Amino acid sequence: MPGNRFNGFTDYGIGIGLRAPHYDHILSRKPVVDWFEIISENFMIDGGRPLHILDQILEQYKVVQHGVSMYFGSAEKADREHLRRLKQLVKRTNTPWLSDHLCWGSVDGRYTHDLLPMPYTFEAARLTAQKIREVRDFLEIPVAVENVSSYAEYHVSEMTEWEFLNEVVERADCGILLDVNNIYVSSRNHSFDPLTYINSVPADRVAQIHIAGHSKFQKYILDTHDHPVIDPVWKLYDRAIQRAGHTATLLEWDDSIPSFQEVHKEALKANRFLQSKTLAVAV
Amino acid sequence: MQRKAPGGERMSAYAARYIKPNDRLTSFERLEIYNRQYWFRVLGSLAEDYPGLRAVLGGRRFESMCKAYLTERPSRSFTLRNLGAQLETWLRENPLWLRDRRVLALDMVRLEWADIEAFDGQAKPALRSEDLLEVDAAKLQLGIQPYVQLLELHYPVDDLLLEVKHGDDTPDRASNAVQERRKHSKVRAVAKLEPAQIFLAVHRLDYSVYFRRIEPEEFALLNALRNGKTVERAIELAFRRSSIPAADRATFVQHSFQTWAALGWFSCPKETRTVRKFAKKEHSWKS
Repeated sequence: MPGNRFNGFTDYGIGIGLRAPHYDHILSRKPVVDWFEIISENFMIDGGRPLHILDQILEQYKVVQHGVSMYFGSAEKADREHLRRLKQLVKRTNTPWLSDHLCWGSVDGRYTHDLLPMPYTFEAARLTAQKIREVRDFLEIPVAVENVSSYAEYHVSEMTEWEFLNEVVERADCGILLDVNNIYVSSRNHSFDPLTYINSVPADRVAQIHIAGHSKFQKYILDTHDHPVIDPVWKLYDRAIQRAGHTATLLEWDDSIPSFQEVHKEALKANRFLQSKTLAVAV
Repeated sequence: MQRKAPGGERMSAYAARYIKPNDRLTSFERLEIYNRQYWFRVLGSLAEDYPGLRAVLGGRRFESMCKAYLTERPSRSFTLRNLGAQLETWLRENPLWLRDRRVLALDMVRLEWADIEAFDGQAKPALRSEDLLEVDAAKLQLGIQPYVQLLELHYPVDDLLLEVKHGDDTPDRASNAVQERRKHSKVRAVAKLEPAQIFLAVHRLDYSVYFRRIEPEEFALLNALRNGKTVERAIELAFRRSSIPAADRATFVQHSFQTWAALGWFSCPKETRTVRKFAKKEHSWKS
């Protein structure tokens, strides 16, 4: 399954998040990287160095956009200025698909700049799916929603997180950005079996996968993106690849960012799972 | 986290009504994880954008001020880039936070916001000499690039901000002693800063932001051009209170315009943009 309609039928391999500390290395050394993921909001600006860097990256690499503030789960309509700027950027990058989180984060035009967990209700699923459709129709590209890591659950929830995810993507007919680290983090914080989650996701909708490291505290795990990927997360990734096939995969490393080579080396570990899957298909 | 919910209810009871506890954390503790992350993120963002103001106020006061600001003016933008957009206005309404450093602190806030605007502000198509060929000289207007920020300040805060940023550029792994020395150096730099009126253009060149001191006449001229005055009228306004001898003014203007053109500060004014578009259309008819 090299690609599906939710990732524009593309056959992308292993990507890396484009981060400022690596700009010089990437532009001067031009390392071989399948693709870069950008945080859309960092480039939804009028001009200056960030867009200049992006244009240079676009000359040599494929870029996929990932957002952090669309808040599909917030009750209010998508901000028109946000959408306008996002569409401008989509035209600039030619991203084959676009992702953002299955969460909420704004109320009455006030932004938390956080990825807050949803109440898993049918009403929330209906409203969220409607917003995803509106955003996709405006942007005119496939949209994938990412499961977030969470530290709280609501009394009002009527289903599990994976049931909610499935309900939303079926209603919206959109893709999934499956973050296996987030599944692991949430499974530890809420005491569920992460494999049940992975096995319940509709594999044909998985447009992209995220892997990352996290920080362990005494009573909970925090999704910090500042460590290498741990073995249990690699095992979940292996299972996700078994189910979804060769899927575009991105390593997230957003804090205490090491050298580009170190991040790239960590990301390329995903190859052993992707390649074994390819071999298995060939056999 | 605040102890009372908006309706006056205890926050622990409020949290328990909405959030499930688990075998390790109460509802309140789970909510508090998000509360801590929120403040960590927004306070970190303001500290990153306003290192100069932080040096002027001191770390503890700066953090308290930011909490008060964000409580009254929470973010209304999808991007953290705009978090400080209302800080100057809010500080003018709440000057108690600035104590006896009101003027200095407001100058610094204006400079640091200008720094942000100059970094990623819009660059319009630059003016070309051929754009001026068909324009009536008496009606000539020149646009100033939106990313060029013009400031009239009461303190030389540009020097102070550069000193603060230079200190912050040194490696994070510095020892406690080094960090302490750096902190004292900032305190000394703030304390010894004497008032002095300056005029500043915050602009960018090759995608880096620069602070360029300009003369009062340049400041007035650039502002007049930005406000849509013709070149002729802008020059008149610029020299209204000038001490530059009349005989030197032509050279002054010529030198200023040459410098600004070289820095790419001029953009096509509306009238010439229309001419350029029209000329292109004519060309396509002929072909």
